Amino acid sequence: MVLSAKDVTLAYGEKRIVKNVSLDVGTATVTALIGPSGCGKSTLLRTFNRMNDFVPEFRLVSGQVTYRDLDVYSSKVDPVYIRRRVGMVFQKPNPFPSTIYKNITWGPSINGFVGDYDQLVESSLRRAALWDEVKDKLNSSGIALSGGQQQRLCIARAIAMDPDVILMDEPCSALDPASTARIEELIKELSERYSILIVTHNMQQAARISDHTAFMFQGEMVEYAATKQIFNTPKQKLTEDYIMGRFG
Amino acid sequence: MTSSDPQKTAALTQTTELDSQFVDNLTRRRLQATLFHGIISLATAAVVTLLVLLLFKIWHDGQSYLNWDFLKNFPSRAASRAGIASALAGSMAIITMTAMISVALGIGAALYLEELAPKTRAGRFIEMNIANLCGVPSLVYGILGLAVFVRFFGFGRSILAAGFTLAIMILPIIIIASRESLRSVPNGIRMAALALGATRWQTTWHHLLPAAAPGILTGIILALSRALGEAAPLILVGGVTYIAFLPESAFDSFTTLPIQIFNWAGRPQEEFHGIAAAAIIVLMGLVLMTNALAILIRSRMERKHRW
Repeated sequence: MVLSAKDVTLAYGEKRIVKNVSLDVGTATVTALIGPSGCGKSTLLRTFNRMNDFVPEFRLVSGQVTYRDLDVYSSKVDPVYIRRRVGMVFQKPNPFPSTIYKNITWGPSINGFVGDYDQLVESSLRRAALWDEVKDKLNSSGIALSGGQQQRLCIARAIAMDPDVILMDEPCSALDPASTARIEELIKELSERYSILIVTHNMQQAARISDHTAFMFQGEMVEYAATKQIFNTPKQKLTEDYIMGRFG
Repeated sequence: MTSSDPQKTAALTQTTELDSQFVDNLTRRRLQATLFHGIISLATAAVVTLLVLLLFKIWHDGQSYLNWDFLKNFPSRAASRAGIASALAGSMAIITMTAMISVALGIGAALYLEELAPKTRAGRFIEMNIANLCGVPSLVYGILGLAVFVRFFGFGRSILAAGFTLAIMILPIIIIASRESLRSVPNGIRMAALALGATRWQTTWHHLLPAAAPGILTGIILALSRALGEAAPLILVGGVTYIAFLPESAFDSFTTLPIQIFNWAGRPQEEFHGIAAAAIIVLMGLVLMTNALAILIRSRMERKHRW
């Protein structure tokens, strides 16, 4: 297992957001986290690279989060190391206000990358399916790109760190359908190489791109199984109701 | 809604049942808008007129006394031979010192409070007090400077003591402006950098400071302009009006343009009022120049950082 959460309970102050949840993410697979707003899926996602550390009053109440058998919340583990290995793509595209080239190279450079930067930029952009569109304007601003291109730039930026896993927090929710389709295609391609854990509001999206799907409701893990099974023969009534669009 | 022919109106606009419950009052709302527009235009015009009148008056009074000798001469009992050499040099020396002390301290404090300090009750208390410090009369800072820098640290009535006093005075302004500016950097940038395995320091140094720099710079320049125009605290710290030499060390006694202007303007002779006006022109020129420089630098930086 690349990522694993065991009986994890998470809280903001006294309010428990995630209750006793377990989740395993395997190598080279796409795992989707679905559920209605406020069910705790994003909070769970952000524990894997400790991005919740920046949310005031967040705490891990109980349970264990591991990345390749490394206890993510152990005091001996530097969260900076975890974040280098566990990449992240956010809901809203957030490229740095500098050139496309620097958007890719900044992460590696602060983490002491000593290889060929030009090559790194090209291969990252190629893998993010953005190279052909930007190869002639690597020195123009990343912010001048369209929303979909910006999000692919953010994916390229994450890939440039050579991560093991990529966490995606509703990466398509700010994009139009055409850009969404491109990103979905890209996620499929990337899953041959990386493990991907993706939070999505869009059930069709989960069905299209993921190998495994976890359905969360009110902070609890209702059902976690192969995507086909979740969508065709869900075991829980709640899962079925959600997938049929009866609530949420 | 009143209508002479309900049936006709209904046909034209497809009135619904709810329609009768909307009293749209368009005429009154338009009138309100026009009135408000008029009032704020008038307010702007009043401010601009006052400023232009003031500038015109000063220029009219002082312009004939402006020449190279005025800039090169030291103060004198005879208005015709008096100049602002020592005041100009004193102002420049003190403002440089003030900038050196307050800029690094101010940005540092802002970074700590905004990016690192836990958001606790103590933090909010400090925040509120910094805002309050902006409202403290400058004279009070003069008394503080006299007690702490002149007496306690033994700097004497020197440029050093004056620089520290003004630095303390403008520190809250710089801190508040810098914090506002840091706060306006989109959180996505912070998160993006941190998620790439950057430390807090790398995130701040490479992304937050450059993005916030235009705003921070504006705050610094505004604060320094204020320091440049202050006379009251410096008179308490020991600014004198008759200095017949240029400052050579930080422990020299000093005079500044505002002190010199204050002194000259208070004399009975008409001629001294003229040279006071001339000195005001020089001071305003100085402030305008620093502000213009700041705007220039800011617009260049902003072109690089836009989202």
